[in-house]
Amino acid sequence: MKNLPLLFCGIFFALAFSFTGLILTSHIQIGSLTQTTESLEATDDLDENGMPVMVMAEGEPLYPAMPVGLAQQGKDIYISMGCIYCHSQQVRRNEFGADIERGWGPRQTVARDYILQERVLLGTMRTGPDLAHLGGRYAGDAGRDWNHLHLYNPRIVSKGSTMPPFAFLYDVRQIVGKPSEEALTFPPDSEYAPETGYEVVPTRRAKALVEYLLSLKINYSLPEAPILE
Amino acid sequence: MSADQKQGPYSSNSEAVRLELSQIDASIRSAALFFVISAITWLLIGTVFALLVAVKAHQPNFASTFEFLTFGRVRSAHLNAMALGWASNIIFAVGLWIMARLCRAPIIHKGILFIAGVFWNIGLTVGIFGILRGDITSVEWLEIPKYATPLLAISYALIGVWGVMAFRFRKGDHVYVSQWYILAALFWFPWLYVVAQVMIIWLPARGVVQSVTNWWFAHNVLGLWFTPMALATAYYLIPKVLGRPIYSYYLSVLGFWALAIFYNWAGIHHLIGGPIPVWLISAGIVASVMMVIPVVVVGINHHMSVVGLHKEVWRSPTLRFVVFGAISYTLVSLIGSAMALRTVSEITHFTHFTVGHAHHGVYAFFTMIMFGGVYYMMPRLLKREWPSSFLIKLHFWACALGITIMVVALQVGGWIQGLEMNNAEIPFLEVVQNTIPWLKARSVSGLFLTMGHIAFAANFFWMLFVAGAVRAKQGPTLLGSNEGGAVQ
Repeated sequence: MKNLPLLFCGIFFALAFSFTGLILTSHIQIGSLTQTTESLEATDDLDENGMPVMVMAEGEPLYPAMPVGLAQQGKDIYISMGCIYCHSQQVRRNEFGADIERGWGPRQTVARDYILQERVLLGTMRTGPDLAHLGGRYAGDAGRDWNHLHLYNPRIVSKGSTMPPFAFLYDVRQIVGKPSEEALTFPPDSEYAPETGYEVVPTRRAKALVEYLLSLKINYSLPEAPILE
Repeated sequence: MSADQKQGPYSSNSEAVRLELSQIDASIRSAALFFVISAITWLLIGTVFALLVAVKAHQPNFASTFEFLTFGRVRSAHLNAMALGWASNIIFAVGLWIMARLCRAPIIHKGILFIAGVFWNIGLTVGIFGILRGDITSVEWLEIPKYATPLLAISYALIGVWGVMAFRFRKGDHVYVSQWYILAALFWFPWLYVVAQVMIIWLPARGVVQSVTNWWFAHNVLGLWFTPMALATAYYLIPKVLGRPIYSYYLSVLGFWALAIFYNWAGIHHLIGGPIPVWLISAGIVASVMMVIPVVVVGINHHMSVVGLHKEVWRSPTLRFVVFGAISYTLVSLIGSAMALRTVSEITHFTHFTVGHAHHGVYAFFTMIMFGGVYYMMPRLLKREWPSSFLIKLHFWACALGITIMVVALQVGGWIQGLEMNNAEIPFLEVVQNTIPWLKARSVSGLFLTMGHIAFAANFFWMLFVAGAVRAKQGPTLLGSNEGGAVQ
């Protein structure tokens, strides 16, 4: 090969081709998705195909919802602990894998579900289960308690789990006066329970992380991905 | 073919040619040595991380009291130490050296190259510490925190430019296939890295555009950075050691352009079933399957170049590793194309199968070829021979066995894991439990690889520092039978 301009152009355009085709095009196609209502309403106007123009229902809440408060801070803990390397946050469509059958979400997730996330954590590994709908599976105080015990040592509540313990997110301290209301309640005879006179309380980071986990919920429909009963 | 017969890189007996090559070697000696030493140091560090991670995968309580040793961080420290520490440093050493030799252009201003190399490794050290202390980004293949990446990018620019400079001031008309690969990779890598950094970390794109960019980048680190460099090395070393040209010039051209066109679309297969437009996934699958063309073409070309000379291949430390890597390239790529099919991905996606596949590519293919490159390059840079043929053999067998055990264990275990995960009647914890024997086999494979790496490092530093122990020899250190070389 002696034609050097051709070599240079080829090297340049090979990558420019996929950069344009994959990155720029997907940026144009889905980079401007916005929040929307759960379903759309037909108007009297017709589009070029003769179909009614669809608009957002007035007064309905918009989805996906903005993440708030402690849960937002918890996401930083999720990132700094590298949870993504064993847990995905994406539900595949029904009959492609068993995501929905396993209860990992009531519907498949779509591009719009992720538009408000500054860092998207789809993940590519399921050493542990998918977490896109964790907050739907474990809710309220019971869900909070379960997650704290599970983080402190997963084998307290999940026998046979290979998840590492995150005990360093908890303080084990001597009970002075009244036991803390935040202290973890261990199952009776648990080998992981602290000695008598001691209690395990979550640090601020643990609380934030659990709030984040509980906030992961697909409890809304989108026009392109309705929850089917 | 005729062009290569005249101008290919195969060995020459001409004194003038040897003298010129010797001068080029001298010009890059200090920088290349620095890169090799860095690469081997990172290889050992990355191995320690790897062992920790492997054991943690089946003994989750192991070393779990310390936050900085939690699985997600050590795993990422391992990946970055290997990808940017071992792989990229060895690319800088072997790739630039081959480029300079083929261009017949000594490296000028080698001091800048050396300093840039120092800063690359400082940036990487800061980055790995950052990952361990919790500043990890959790973006796959881009875990290094924001404060270290600009240093890496600038250092890279100052290193990569020497390859381009050598090319600019090359002598002679002919451009050999290795030069295309190296030139292209030196140009592609910074483009990928900067785009990915900007669109994911600095000015995050909206939603899953980040994920698309992420896998466009991550797969191309393998496809457009490691792969071309390893192929360039194989294309350079096979004719050099065997003393006869590459089988077909036209197949090299076809292989190069098919790789350039198809590989960079393939990464989207990591998102099959994911929340991105389906046409993007289809494009990724088509490109992944089309990769069969360059892979088969390169495979035929390499095979035909060594056919009939198997004894020589086996006797040469360099070619024993290179041929192992070249065969692995064919295997891993064909498996990769199959994994991109939707029906296969449905099973292998999200499982250890993918981890096995990644090691098949980066280790059995790329790393083994680069080991071969180091075995060839060092005697020419240092004008000394490798002190121990036993350590070379130990290195080869430990690594060849180790990586084979790892790939088989993770892929068989991963396949079972995928089948079970897709059957909702099997409880998830049972799926987890059933992976444990395979993960233990992976830890065993890690012990083999560690043994190989220690043998390699010992031989290398022995050659480097204990000059007195390396007696002048009649000829190069060869393996196996005694003919033609002084083997201990």
